[in-house]
Amino acid sequence: MSDDVAIVGIGMHPFGRHEGVSGMEQGAAAIRTACADANVKWADLEFAFGGSVAAGNPDSMVSQMGLTGLQFINVVNGCATGGSALISAYNTIKSGAFDLGLAIGFDKHERGAFRVNTGKSGERDWYGGSGMALTTQFFGMKINRYMEEYGITQDALARVSAKAFRNGSMNENAWRRQALSEKEVLQSAMLSYPLTQYMFCSPGEGGVALILARADKAHKYTKNPIFLKSAVVRSRRYGSFEVLAPSLALDYADGPTVDASQKAFEAAGVGPKDIDVAQLQDTESGAEIMHMAENGFCEHGEQEAMLANGDTEITGRLPVNTDGGCLANGEPVGASGLRQVYENVLQLRGDAGKRQVPNDPKVAYTHVYGAPGISGVTILST
Amino acid sequence: MAELSINENVMDLTPEGPRLKGMRCKNCNNHVFPMQKGCPKCTSDDVEEVHLGTKGTLWAWTIQGFPPKAPPYLGETDPSKFEPYGVGYVELPGELKVESRLTVADPTALKSGMEMELVGEKIGKDEEGNDLITFAFAPV
Repeated sequence: MSDDVAIVGIGMHPFGRHEGVSGMEQGAAAIRTACADANVKWADLEFAFGGSVAAGNPDSMVSQMGLTGLQFINVVNGCATGGSALISAYNTIKSGAFDLGLAIGFDKHERGAFRVNTGKSGERDWYGGSGMALTTQFFGMKINRYMEEYGITQDALARVSAKAFRNGSMNENAWRRQALSEKEVLQSAMLSYPLTQYMFCSPGEGGVALILARADKAHKYTKNPIFLKSAVVRSRRYGSFEVLAPSLALDYADGPTVDASQKAFEAAGVGPKDIDVAQLQDTESGAEIMHMAENGFCEHGEQEAMLANGDTEITGRLPVNTDGGCLANGEPVGASGLRQVYENVLQLRGDAGKRQVPNDPKVAYTHVYGAPGISGVTILST
Repeated sequence: MAELSINENVMDLTPEGPRLKGMRCKNCNNHVFPMQKGCPKCTSDDVEEVHLGTKGTLWAWTIQGFPPKAPPYLGETDPSKFEPYGVGYVELPGELKVESRLTVADPTALKSGMEMELVGEKIGKDEEGNDLITFAFAPV
């Protein structure tokens, strides 16, 4: 068991908009909470992996946390930045290099859709200049085609959003805590057909810190360690349909989510039926629907009936995005994947309060997906 | 004032209309747009630049309902003047699926599988006042 890895402390700075508070300060606040949770001091940490896309170099935070000389490595990996920091920390402990360390992710983005500059130096940016290069368009196109192929309706999209805001209303760290009806979701502005405003998450702010330790030393820090059974990141293969692609191949291949999911299940020695709670990337409500199938939790097309039955509600047979997901929390890219893990740790500890999944969940699943065609999955267990 | 290609490395303006410049792999015949120097399918670097086809079928689509941020967008960004526009992937037979603006922005007038052809579309002006032309696909 000595090569197993445990999460022994968690901390989060609330997601949302925080005028006058830098992304890095939000990260530092999350670290202080996580250290207190694990009963360790910053000086005890032997290493850190830090992820941020738009809020500065994470390693420079040592000047406010303390100049202890620890190994601090920055990670930038698109939408899987936070997840990649966690995987790096996981592998570092598994390798035997260190026994106790940190994965930290934080971010702070400008308002509105992500601005993607695709111009090469000395050339006019034809892609963004022509009105493409918007991640929102990809999600609109992908779900529009998926709905046509598998008979998913706009009502199903609205159900996902209404669930997210309902769950978010029970989460004191969420950005959007106002429950919205399916009708309100459907009647909001059409941003990228068939997706309306309240079907999309927004770039936002926040920070999450996780303290990891060798499993056989975990009880030194906490009475209820949560074990990281697998952590996998995969990039895209030829033929997959990805965000920000000026052209696609004629051949069609599964996306990186399918690869990451299969590998994570294999490494953890469990299957989709063993999962008691799942946090799936919901950049928009259609993404949650597609990711239910891509991660192996159902067949393509079954989501329509599952959502109508309430199967993915907190009280359903497979609760999905119990903290409100990206839809209610927003997406600070560096922190987003770690937020999912934070929520699963709360659920497995039985500490999720009003949104606690009943019947003592034992195995939990996280999944991030994003630009430029990257996916990260973790499986946690008690 | 003249009409200029938005970027001559990706599109030529010819007397017959715009032509997209893509990569063809001489080893496996895979195509990529825009031109690049290696093939992502077979990893060969024996590639050439070709003009892509101008007719195809709609494979996936959406409608851009809000003004994109400028920069990088060169078109209308004033919310009171902005007109939604279509965006989709058009499958060019034997080559690839290319992402493009569509000349149609009405969801009831767009359907996967419909026949489309390449046209030029004014998107903005350069520093000297010339019209910048980008590409779009229009229903046949």
